[in-house]
Amino acid sequence: MLDIQTQLFEAQDVRFGPIDHETHPEIESKWTHDAEFMRLFDLKPARPLSPAMVKKQYEAIEKEVDEDKNLFYFTIRTREDDRLIGKAMIEWISWTNGNGFIRLGIGSPEDRRKGYGSQALTLLLRYAFGELNLYRVTAVVPAYNEGALRLFRKFGFMEEIRRRKALNRDGEFWDLVSFGLLNSEWRERNNGRG
Amino acid sequence: MKDLYRGALVRLTNESPEVLAKAFTKWNQDTEQHRLADDDPAQLWSEKKLKEFIEKRAENNSKSFRFSIRILEDDKLIGGVGLWVASWTHSEAWMGISVGDRDYWSKGYGTDAVRLILQYGFLELNLRRISLGLHSYNERALKSYEKTGFKMEGRMRGEGWRDGVHYDSLWMGILHEEWFAQTGARI
Repeated sequence: MLDIQTQLFEAQDVRFGPIDHETHPEIESKWTHDAEFMRLFDLKPARPLSPAMVKKQYEAIEKEVDEDKNLFYFTIRTREDDRLIGKAMIEWISWTNGNGFIRLGIGSPEDRRKGYGSQALTLLLRYAFGELNLYRVTAVVPAYNEGALRLFRKFGFMEEIRRRKALNRDGEFWDLVSFGLLNSEWRERNNGRG
Repeated sequence: MKDLYRGALVRLTNESPEVLAKAFTKWNQDTEQHRLADDDPAQLWSEKKLKEFIEKRAENNSKSFRFSIRILEDDKLIGGVGLWVASWTHSEAWMGISVGDRDYWSKGYGTDAVRLILQYGFLELNLRRISLGLHSYNERALKSYEKTGFKMEGRMRGEGWRDGVHYDSLWMGILHEEWFAQTGARI
């Protein structure tokens, strides 16, 4: 059923917005100084970034969005005061195969465990399946990120791949878990409406 | 020291762009070959465009280790194999191989090249694990990867879409301790 009245970018407490090149670099720079966030969000070595470096990254992201046409990037803000709290994206989209990879994160610890991630994921999935018409999405999660494992299981994702000992952190080896959700499965969970 | 580039049936080489572009122009016309090896749409590029593409990708090779495959017996160029380092900090790379010339399928050449690239990855790059993905319909590749020691790690449902069919992709991996155990090489 067509449901164009329900806004794609608004959930109960959060909404998606564009990058703000003026105010966001300061905030995101703070997140990158939290090594735990970086290790939960990214597989690359954690490193703190200055606001100027974050600004450069934003420019690179917008260039990629423009040129490659296989990345959709959103900032997550609180609806109450439009504060930047996280980011969400669909990346590496293969249009001919109908699949893409999703990734989202809530930047500061105070904003976690408040349901913001769940609301953002709800928006992201509706966008992937209802607007981009993808056949499936994939989410790749380090086995030590228990919050993310819980989140994707809660949303009905199936654990499809477990790359053994793919990560080495703090002298320990961790599996890299890959979750998949099909458009049809998402639709069924939402009673055919999405 | 081992001769890293020489196997039982094939050797690993680096070819100049002209030679590769000529070979790719021919191999790319075989869509079955392309659809076994890749999940991008089959395309036909001119020899000129291929040569430029090959030259450009060679400039950025700090994370990619690409080789061509030549038969030992008659020096014929039959395909390519490579490792793409996903992360140096986690010591992991992706492996890819294709035997472009179909006359050389099912004769053990590809498997020999896989053995060589694993040896290169574990003995020269000192990787901790090597991963790969394949189409679920590529039974020949699956047999070869099982034979060379890769273990199945999962299946992405309906990841590929061709001829109106959503098919799965398979994902495999081999850890360096597994490779050392099976080859009997000393750590």
